[in-house]
Amino acid sequence: MAEIRWFWPLVVLALAFRLLLVPFADSLKLGSRPEVATPLTSLRRLAEGYWLKQSSLSPYAGSMYHGSPLLLTMLGPITMKRIQGQPTHLFCSFIFVFVDFLTAMLIRAIGQKLVLKNCKSLKLLDLSKLIESFVCLDAGGVASLIYLWNPFTIVSCVGSCTSPVENFMVVIAIYGACSRIAPLAAFGWVMATHFSLYPVILLIPVILLLGYGPDAPPSKLFLHKNPSATRSSIRIFSWKPVVYFTIWAAIWSCYILLLISIFLKGFDGLSEMLKKTHGFILKVEDLSPNIGVLWYFFAEVFDFFRAFFLILFHVNILFMVLPLAIRLMHRPCFLAFVYITISSMLKSYPSVGDAALYLGLLGLFVNELAEMKFSFFLFCGYIGVSLLSPVMHNLWIWRGTGNANFYFATGLGYACLQTVLVVESVSKMLNYDRILRKQLHTA
Amino acid sequence: MAELRRRFSTFVSVFIIFFFFFFVFFSAIVLPTLASVGDLVELEEEFTEELLLKPLPDRKVLAHFHFEILAPPSPVNGRHHHLFPKAIAQLVHKFQIRELELSFTQGRWNYERWGGSDPLSMANAKPPGVELWATFHRPESEIDHTWKNLTHALSGLFCSSINFLESSTAFSAPHWGFQPNSSVLRYGALPREAVCTENLTPWLKLLPCRDRAGVALLLNRPSIYRGHYHSQKLRLISSKLTGVKLEQTLTIVLHPSVERYGLDSFSDGSTQPSWSLNSLFKQQLMGKCALAKDSRVLFELEHDLASQIDETESDYTWRNAAFELSTMPDRVARVMKSLPNQDSSVLYGFEVSKSSDSMPMDVGIKWKLPLIWSSSHAPVYASRFLMGSGNERGSIAITFQSSHLDEWLSTGSDGCAVHAVVFQVVPWYVKVYYHTLNIFMDGKRQTISDVVKRMKISPSEDKLSPGTMELMLEFPCDMQSATLTLDFDKGFLHVDEYPPDANQGFDIPSALITYPDCYSSRSYQTVDTSHFKSSLLPKFKEGNLVQSYTEVLLVPLTTPDFSMPYNVITFTCTILALYFGSMLNVLRRRVGEEERLSKSKASERRGLIPLLLLKLSSKLRGKRPETMQHSSPLPSSSSFFGPKLFIKVVLVAVLAIFWNYYLKDS
Repeated sequence: MAEIRWFWPLVVLALAFRLLLVPFADSLKLGSRPEVATPLTSLRRLAEGYWLKQSSLSPYAGSMYHGSPLLLTMLGPITMKRIQGQPTHLFCSFIFVFVDFLTAMLIRAIGQKLVLKNCKSLKLLDLSKLIESFVCLDAGGVASLIYLWNPFTIVSCVGSCTSPVENFMVVIAIYGACSRIAPLAAFGWVMATHFSLYPVILLIPVILLLGYGPDAPPSKLFLHKNPSATRSSIRIFSWKPVVYFTIWAAIWSCYILLLISIFLKGFDGLSEMLKKTHGFILKVEDLSPNIGVLWYFFAEVFDFFRAFFLILFHVNILFMVLPLAIRLMHRPCFLAFVYITISSMLKSYPSVGDAALYLGLLGLFVNELAEMKFSFFLFCGYIGVSLLSPVMHNLWIWRGTGNANFYFATGLGYACLQTVLVVESVSKMLNYDRILRKQLHTA
Repeated sequence: MAELRRRFSTFVSVFIIFFFFFFVFFSAIVLPTLASVGDLVELEEEFTEELLLKPLPDRKVLAHFHFEILAPPSPVNGRHHHLFPKAIAQLVHKFQIRELELSFTQGRWNYERWGGSDPLSMANAKPPGVELWATFHRPESEIDHTWKNLTHALSGLFCSSINFLESSTAFSAPHWGFQPNSSVLRYGALPREAVCTENLTPWLKLLPCRDRAGVALLLNRPSIYRGHYHSQKLRLISSKLTGVKLEQTLTIVLHPSVERYGLDSFSDGSTQPSWSLNSLFKQQLMGKCALAKDSRVLFELEHDLASQIDETESDYTWRNAAFELSTMPDRVARVMKSLPNQDSSVLYGFEVSKSSDSMPMDVGIKWKLPLIWSSSHAPVYASRFLMGSGNERGSIAITFQSSHLDEWLSTGSDGCAVHAVVFQVVPWYVKVYYHTLNIFMDGKRQTISDVVKRMKISPSEDKLSPGTMELMLEFPCDMQSATLTLDFDKGFLHVDEYPPDANQGFDIPSALITYPDCYSSRSYQTVDTSHFKSSLLPKFKEGNLVQSYTEVLLVPLTTPDFSMPYNVITFTCTILALYFGSMLNVLRRRVGEEERLSKSKASERRGLIPLLLLKLSSKLRGKRPETMQHSSPLPSSSSFFGPKLFIKVVLVAVLAIFWNYYLKDS
């Protein structure tokens, strides 16, 4: 495994770069960019919710705040503090930089676990030739550096929105599952679900991770290698951590609901909270533009079709859950990555923060996906969309010379790119297993 | 025979007894009711009409028509009225209205020039468009429902789109910002509503004489709609004790045309233009409405003007050194002075009943001296504007300019303060961030708690309710100017929610600024101590709060492309299908199949176009391409354009021609 030179200096540099940008975040107006802050993650809306709470109204009164009450208690008081001549969300930005650092470290730890397991299983299959032929990079280091240096991550960290925290929770869930720490995995999963609902589908990869351990080649290959070994001796689904996970998930969710109901005491309580957070996600009520396609779709679609298409789009995420789980059962970490990518492509209020997470996780599979097709096209596409999208937005909203269709077109392009990325990566991963099998047959 | 007589006598006695009882019954029950009817006859329905004219400092004339119909509570009349319009009576009865005010306004009241604090302008300066507020004699739970029905009824009655106030996004329930202690009040405004004759005609229909006689005869449509400001108002007050009172007022600011009145008028521009009713309205007064109890024209000279005339001449005859009235007034009244520096307006009264068809009354004024005066000042002038550019976000700013605070507050010490209540309703698509409320006083930022004494905010719910803000601010007396800013994001609407002229923008209704410390009242007293009974003047006597409506704001919102729904649906669904299909394809693909595919590809590597042609021809022949590939090599071009294909093409062409020529014509 090749260590990355200059890893720690690069990490420090990334953090320093963020800290350097933080004082200019306000003048860059990143916090109100549609690409960065969605109605769910905007810190400005959080400040409004906190202000409403302070003036003894429900934070969900009005349609301003749609985030979690826990974030309100954690970040709310900080948004109110002002230092003369400094942007208002300075403290929050410091917290987000720290959270980003933690996320990167967890990604690195996940990567190291994956690479260890990978090398071990390749050795087990006697494919050491393959290990040498593939450039065995330190996937964790690469992934964490991608995460830290990704402009999307930097923008969403500096641009005062809460998506770094959401990403952190998702990564905690995966890390906890990878290292088989059931309470941690349960905590991450419950919190991530509470924050943004979509990580609920991560339940399957987390359980698979806890049951089978990190990614490995399909068990058929092991059987092929030494038929004498019984099926159970190679890949056992251990129920113990899964049971632990279930119990802990129940405990954490009860605990969180209890905290929330204490926090919202005197107001409408949990039902209102669910209606205003998860209901808001599912109903796509806010039609303000973002980098997705759903806002324009629901702004244009006829009212009597609205319910149908709402169901269609949300079910579209769920449709793929089972086929992917069947095909990628032996690679739960990759499965988690695919789920995250799909949900961030089809979610109702996407932002670049979601892209930051899945692009960072993509780095974990740098060894397997090294020969991915269209990678140059995808790279250029991402750059093109992230340059064109603000231009089109400016033309439409600020100058009035453009049209909503221009901006929507960049959203369509972005959705296409994500489609290509996720399909190609799945295809490549399945191909990788095929190559392993072929090697095994020829060997 | 005796038997018969006996029977007859018993019959008579029974009859007498019966008659006696009947008499007792009648006297006991029916008579008192009759007597009470006799008492109630005193309280008859009354109708009074008045017109107040007032020259304004900027060479314009204010004409204020005031009609009042009073229907006392009467159990006998039941649902029948002599004068009171039945439509309104039914409305009051059905919706249990306690108080209602509906105004249609075109133009904006100029508080600096036309009066910022006198009782007349306080009661009649209204925001542009339609404003409606009402309170009901009903429990809190039924009020929203009643309001919705009421808007529909009024909308039908006045030929306007008041029914847009039915939607919960259009009306609000202010607590104390609009009127103190109004828990059951509903308030709605439509700033965009255009006001024209179709609203005036049903309004005039409510009057007993319509516009056929009396003061309303002056309401010549072309002349009144030419004015700078036009506000027609209907106010209902109903209670069990006093009955129902209907006030209808029409306030117009007109610009008199100078050249039409007399040849000897000054035309150098220094003097005020002389005018008369005839020159203003192209109509003259020809007798009062026969049903009216009182019919009167009042002519008011404002405080500042009156005090200037005081300097020239002391008496208030109708011909003096400063001006000359065209008709001799019947009465002259003056404001009772309690303080030397206080209001001293002068009022001339003319009885319309003295005029007739043969002798029309034409009240007018001819100025002799060039006079410059100013109208009553508001303590603080408020105005509202938008900041920011682009269609994503912006800020609302309300500025307060202190003008003549010292006139209003007797104590000029350090501790003195003036209060202002801001009541503002914003539609839901203007998403206000209330935590960004900033207050600047004389350019310096203030902490909110120092200035805001009381605050009631109900934030807007998307597509459900508007945002309402009620703020009580406290300014120190030595303040020069203060500004209040609020940031907002502009919402994005569904295509159907845009009005037909979406690019014009959306209106934010006027905010109302009330000064709870400042009251404006005027009580007139006749110069010759005779009693001056008027329905309009007592209204000036009641202490009216000084208030002002701010400008209506026009917020341009971003529009989507209205012609795109099908394109958007197809594009988005294509992307989804692309994702779904290719993903399933990847998941479904098997190794063996792939190897076979690659093998076959390697064996017969062809160009794209021949391959496509091959597939097409095989489709046309009805054979499967796989078998083709395996069985036969590339078909020659002669076989591709074979006779069979030719026949098929000809057949299709013939069918098409047949279809085109025969079937379509029939």
